[in-house]
Amino acid sequence: MFDFQIVSTWLHGVLTGVMPEWAAILTESVLVALLIITLYAVFAIVLIYMERKICAFFQCRLGPMRVGKWGLLQVFSDVFKMLTKEIIEMRQSDRLLHNMAPFLVVAASMTTFACLPWNMGGHIIDFNVGVFFFLAIGSIGVVGILLAGWSSNNKYSLIGAMRSGAQIISYELSIGMVMLTMICLTGTMSFSEICQQQADYGWNILRGHVPAVLAFIIYLIAGNAECNRGPFDLPESESELTAGYHTEYSGMHFGYYYLAEYLNLFICAGMATTIFLGGWAPIYFPGLEGFNDVMAMIPGCVWFLGKTFFVVFLLMWERWTFPRLRIDQILSLEWKYLLPFTMVLLVVMALCVSLGLTF
Amino acid sequence: MEEKSYFEGLACGIKSLCTGLKTTMREFFTPKITEQYPENRKELQMFERFRGSLTMPHNEKNEHKCVGCGLCQMACPNGTINVTSEFYETEDGKKKKRLVKYEYNLGSCMFCQLCTQACPHGAIEFDQSFENAVFDRAKLIKTLNREGSKVQEK
Repeated sequence: MFDFQIVSTWLHGVLTGVMPEWAAILTESVLVALLIITLYAVFAIVLIYMERKICAFFQCRLGPMRVGKWGLLQVFSDVFKMLTKEIIEMRQSDRLLHNMAPFLVVAASMTTFACLPWNMGGHIIDFNVGVFFFLAIGSIGVVGILLAGWSSNNKYSLIGAMRSGAQIISYELSIGMVMLTMICLTGTMSFSEICQQQADYGWNILRGHVPAVLAFIIYLIAGNAECNRGPFDLPESESELTAGYHTEYSGMHFGYYYLAEYLNLFICAGMATTIFLGGWAPIYFPGLEGFNDVMAMIPGCVWFLGKTFFVVFLLMWERWTFPRLRIDQILSLEWKYLLPFTMVLLVVMALCVSLGLTF
Repeated sequence: MEEKSYFEGLACGIKSLCTGLKTTMREFFTPKITEQYPENRKELQMFERFRGSLTMPHNEKNEHKCVGCGLCQMACPNGTINVTSEFYETEDGKKKKRLVKYEYNLGSCMFCQLCTQACPHGAIEFDQSFENAVFDRAKLIKTLNREGSKVQEK
């Protein structure tokens, strides 16, 4: 397996050769930031195209077909349209908060994006409480959404933001409990160690068998709710609230919400990959040495992206199958079903681990 | 209706959700129904019951089935059809009606199919053509019986 650490140590060596230590670290940070922003934009385009095509296929349609071959350039034209649009300043809205909110949402989403384990040794943000950091930073997005609703001076935006806040905060509990269940199994919160363990002993979803599979399913449900998507998209339910918290946004400010929505989907899927499906770890069957060697030849980032897009597909399947829930149904699903269930799951997992029933 | 218990409701809900997921997954792989119209113009097949515009089928001897009774004209709620007929004398001295001109105004037709149902001889029917746009309204008024055609003898 190719270790990305070789590249980063080599780059650090080259940079420290021509400049002092602090300047080298600064240059590396800028390079990494540029890389993240580029990847962020590229994945947004890929995901939007994927969403439109998959949604169309589930509805027995073809999706975009006219702009470019199979509509491949459709998303680019949409992005350029968005970039050329005017950003409208509303009268009596809170200018500062109104302009700040989309940046908070995007900043939260970009930081969580940087937590994903791209390859062996290819972690950008990685330290001993990685999972905890991921959850904490992810919650900043809610602040952006609430500010957007409040500063717009529009009752629909405010209702949308409140709904979104209530929903995200409740579903974060489930996500937290599910992550705790898996941390119970791995015994570490650092993403690199979680991945390394899975490369050595097999994927968590196989190691933790029944409770891990159930946790994975709950994660898929709660993850879709976290991204304000799928059957849980009532913060922006068009028919009641026009567009929810981003009603009053136009141009690229709206574009940031749009970007963040799709990237949150990707991050949610990436986290599911890291925690359940082994991150960059290739598939491994004990006994099949030839097969394992071939699988190990495929670079870790390909494994990571392949698994992540598979989970994205699962999330889109969920989204385009189920009708939208009411606010009381959403909250009762979380508080009456998912949360008690994840608590039981945590206890079951703890019992499994302590009795040595995991692999 | 009796309220389901907590676990019954849960099981029921999961079952119905799985049914939904199964349905969409099957739909994902079925052939798509979208027609890419201007590109597939040559091979595009409209479905049989599509009502394009009214036609009067003629056989190879240039004969149609219309006897000029005018029932379709009376059935039409929009006054779209205008049947002109005349009486003539047959060789054995009988007076008989025959069609002179069958005018159909596509512009005011609402494709209700009352005329084809009223016709006792099945002389008129809707075809599947739908490219009916023209630049002049006068072009929408069509004469359905062809030049020199006559009624099919039984």
